[in-house]
Amino acid sequence: MMHTPLLVRLALTATTAALLSACVSVVSLAPSNKPGVKAKITDAAKVAVVLPKGSDPKAGPAPFASTYKPLPSQLTALVGGHILTATGEEIISGTLVMDGGKIVAVGKDVQAPSGAKIVDAKGKWITPGIIDIHSHLGVYPSPGVESLSDGNEMTEPNTAHVWAEHSVWPQDPGFNRARAGGVTTLQILPGSANLFGGRSVTLKNVPAITTEGMKFPGAPYGLKMACGENPKRVYGHKGRSPSTRMGNVAGYRSAWIQAASYKRKWDDYRAKAAKGEKADPPERNLNLDTLSGVLAGDIRIQNHCYRADEMATMIDISREFDFKISVFHHSSEAYKIADLLAKEGICYATWADWAGFKMEAYDGIAENAAIGQKAGACVIIHSDDPVMTQRLNQEAAIAMGAGARMGLPVSRADAIAWITLNPAKGMGIDDKTGSLAPGKNADVVLWSGDPFSVYSTADTVFIDGAVVFDRKDPRYQPKSDFELGQPGEGVHP
Amino acid sequence: MIRKTSLIAAASALSLLSALPAAAQTIAIVGGRILSQGPAGDIASGTVLIKDGKIVAVGSKIAVPADARIVDASGKTVSPGLILPSTSLTVAEVEQIGDTMDDTAGKRMGAAFDVQYGVNPNSALIPLARLSGVTRAVVTPVLGRGGSGGHKDDGADDFSGSFEDGEASLFAGQVATATLAAGVTDAVVKAKIGMALDLGEAGAAYAGGSRGAAIVLMKSALEDARHYARNRAAFDIGASRPYPYSRDDLEALIPVVEGRMPLLVRVHRASDITQILKFAADQKLKLILEGAEEGWMVADAIAKAAVPVLIDTQADLPGSFETLGSTLQNAGRLNAAGVTVAVMGSRDYNNLRQGRFNAGLAVSYGLPYSAAMASVTLNPAKIWGLADRIGSLEPGKDADVVIWTGDPLEVMTYATSVFIQGKEQPMTSRSLELAERYRPVKSDYPPAYR
Repeated sequence: MMHTPLLVRLALTATTAALLSACVSVVSLAPSNKPGVKAKITDAAKVAVVLPKGSDPKAGPAPFASTYKPLPSQLTALVGGHILTATGEEIISGTLVMDGGKIVAVGKDVQAPSGAKIVDAKGKWITPGIIDIHSHLGVYPSPGVESLSDGNEMTEPNTAHVWAEHSVWPQDPGFNRARAGGVTTLQILPGSANLFGGRSVTLKNVPAITTEGMKFPGAPYGLKMACGENPKRVYGHKGRSPSTRMGNVAGYRSAWIQAASYKRKWDDYRAKAAKGEKADPPERNLNLDTLSGVLAGDIRIQNHCYRADEMATMIDISREFDFKISVFHHSSEAYKIADLLAKEGICYATWADWAGFKMEAYDGIAENAAIGQKAGACVIIHSDDPVMTQRLNQEAAIAMGAGARMGLPVSRADAIAWITLNPAKGMGIDDKTGSLAPGKNADVVLWSGDPFSVYSTADTVFIDGAVVFDRKDPRYQPKSDFELGQPGEGVHP
Repeated sequence: MIRKTSLIAAASALSLLSALPAAAQTIAIVGGRILSQGPAGDIASGTVLIKDGKIVAVGSKIAVPADARIVDASGKTVSPGLILPSTSLTVAEVEQIGDTMDDTAGKRMGAAFDVQYGVNPNSALIPLARLSGVTRAVVTPVLGRGGSGGHKDDGADDFSGSFEDGEASLFAGQVATATLAAGVTDAVVKAKIGMALDLGEAGAAYAGGSRGAAIVLMKSALEDARHYARNRAAFDIGASRPYPYSRDDLEALIPVVEGRMPLLVRVHRASDITQILKFAADQKLKLILEGAEEGWMVADAIAKAAVPVLIDTQADLPGSFETLGSTLQNAGRLNAAGVTVAVMGSRDYNNLRQGRFNAGLAVSYGLPYSAAMASVTLNPAKIWGLADRIGSLEPGKDADVVIWTGDPLEVMTYATSVFIQGKEQPMTSRSLELAERYRPVKSDYPPAYR
């Protein structure tokens, strides 16, 4: 980075130290000073230290902050629908009430409040909005031309410094198709060529001109990591490390050593600064910001990892460096270590039965989800695909069918969590969305029928209580700029 | 050039390998809801009678011979075996392991490439397909690297494949159809049933960069094939004009130019479809279209030309500039215009189950249910000239029969019994064995002992 470390002379109170670490780039001892106004240095005993903007990862407002605003909504009651709450409950005929963007009531005996817009949901099904924890919409958009393909920074094995949100093209028509399939929230991940692929971003699936306009407020960042074949193939072919799985592991461990060192430097600096001691701030490093954010527990590991033995190795690495893996992705062999994953509290995200396209997916089976469910693991069905994301409900149904075939049936009440509450848990947003519970964001899908049927469609999709898609009303069938005037305009859904 | 499965070898292999019933047997599948796809129509509760590998009767009031083995299908649904209308199944195993891939010609030939020789009846993927009710596969070669595996996250984007510009032939090679029956030593039912070709962006790239080049090259190849057919003797003594294609490639194109072998054209953009329809009419070719994402835009012309279409009904994204008009309504609109539609999954052989779900999907977007069932059974058989043998449950046809827990197009439905040419198939696969091995149980020994 460009700047030279500054000499910092501070005589700070605990209050201002707290301010310093809590996102202010300009600090002053003078309580009357407004943020953003440089402190006047008038007194040697009251020295304010001003790091140049951007040089302290925790100073100032978070960069690229969400500008998402919910679309207009009204008090609405979906009445008489078949409800899957994703908390294990199935209500054969019930009512869901949304107000102010939140779910306010759900249940068998709930009455629609007066003044509510009544939606007759008889014969229809109601579920939480679908959450796809593994999407490349926007970073690998349609059309899939090279000019728009920005998902994999395949230039070095550790690109923890890149952020997926800086590659997202909000005009990707795929967002619209996914919404018509009931998808309300997406985690957009960088690709898997690298050991550390970069930061993910969590998006509300609303049409927006900027990526910031889609960013899910308060959602934690994820860090994409990849095990196995992809990194060793990509870099092995370039004649550099890693070219083997042991090279992969050495790469992860070396990076975590650096991250721990970086974190310690900042922690030391902040501690000294807090005590008013003389301290040099470390030089900011975007790569290590992300990695140290994982060590601090702020950023969640989203780990592409197919094989059981490799997942176990990754768990060992997480113990060695004291961080937590949130989710294994693809995880074709999760069923072989379902007990371990359940015990560790690590979710696994998989397809129903995409398998066999490479050696590390060779043992993928359609029973993967059902076996994990039986073992008590947090199971997620993901897409990694702009087509499958439109029908994650049916992908879950394929996995349910396979479970039933081997005598491990999974109820609809449980399976719906695979594509709603469990991905919300894996992304750290389950306090906000993912289930139909009072107080949660009103991210809701009204289906034409049983969502696990091939014939059912998402008829109305709500995000924060606002209608964002309606299959029967062209006013709620948004098109991206790219789609205007093209042959496909007007033939969706 | 028709080869039949070696039934005798298959039967003896089966009797050695397993306790499966021999073919020479009468089987009565009774009590099931029958979706016959044949003259018997749909029957709420009926019987399918099988003798010596053939269907002998289908109906609600069929007398069951005393010596028949009874298969109770009450509460279940009985359909013809499903047919994959265009797939790499049997010639492709693990996409990223090139040595296991035999669905592409490579650099040495084009039209002459004959996919039949790579068909492997012991592919681990065949039982998976069979468990999802598929009994036959039409194996179509592809240009460049086969399959797609298409997950961006899985390095598809860091594989350029073997696709190279400016190679001599546009033609991907000759199509075969295979049985998915267990225990056969030769799965090819009928070889050389079609010639595959890619147009549009892929064909243009192959031809050097432009569509204009692709069509001209194709035309000259067909003219050369005609010329060669008339001048074989001269060619043999080196007295013919030179051809840019090999003798093998030219020989392979003769049945195409004579209209005896259908030309399977992978094409996407409406204007490209229009061009190939015109070209095929001029050249008197028998045509089948695959892909045809913008087919709905020229549906009447396709119908008028009586050209059938193989489509992936999930295609609804403008994935390229030749598929800007992709829509989930494609199958419904084509069918409404009178086009014969067969539904395929994506070509991914790891995605074998998708065909029947894709047919179901199309029902929500305008394809009548009966047409959806036909799109994965009778229509693929008709399109590939196999309808005298398979595609429906009717007397005289091969007894390819599937018993399902319910509606075959519904996601959670699964097959409980599969018969191919009257032989009951083992309902297992490598995947199911893995699942059983890791069924949650308590044991002090590792799963390798299970």
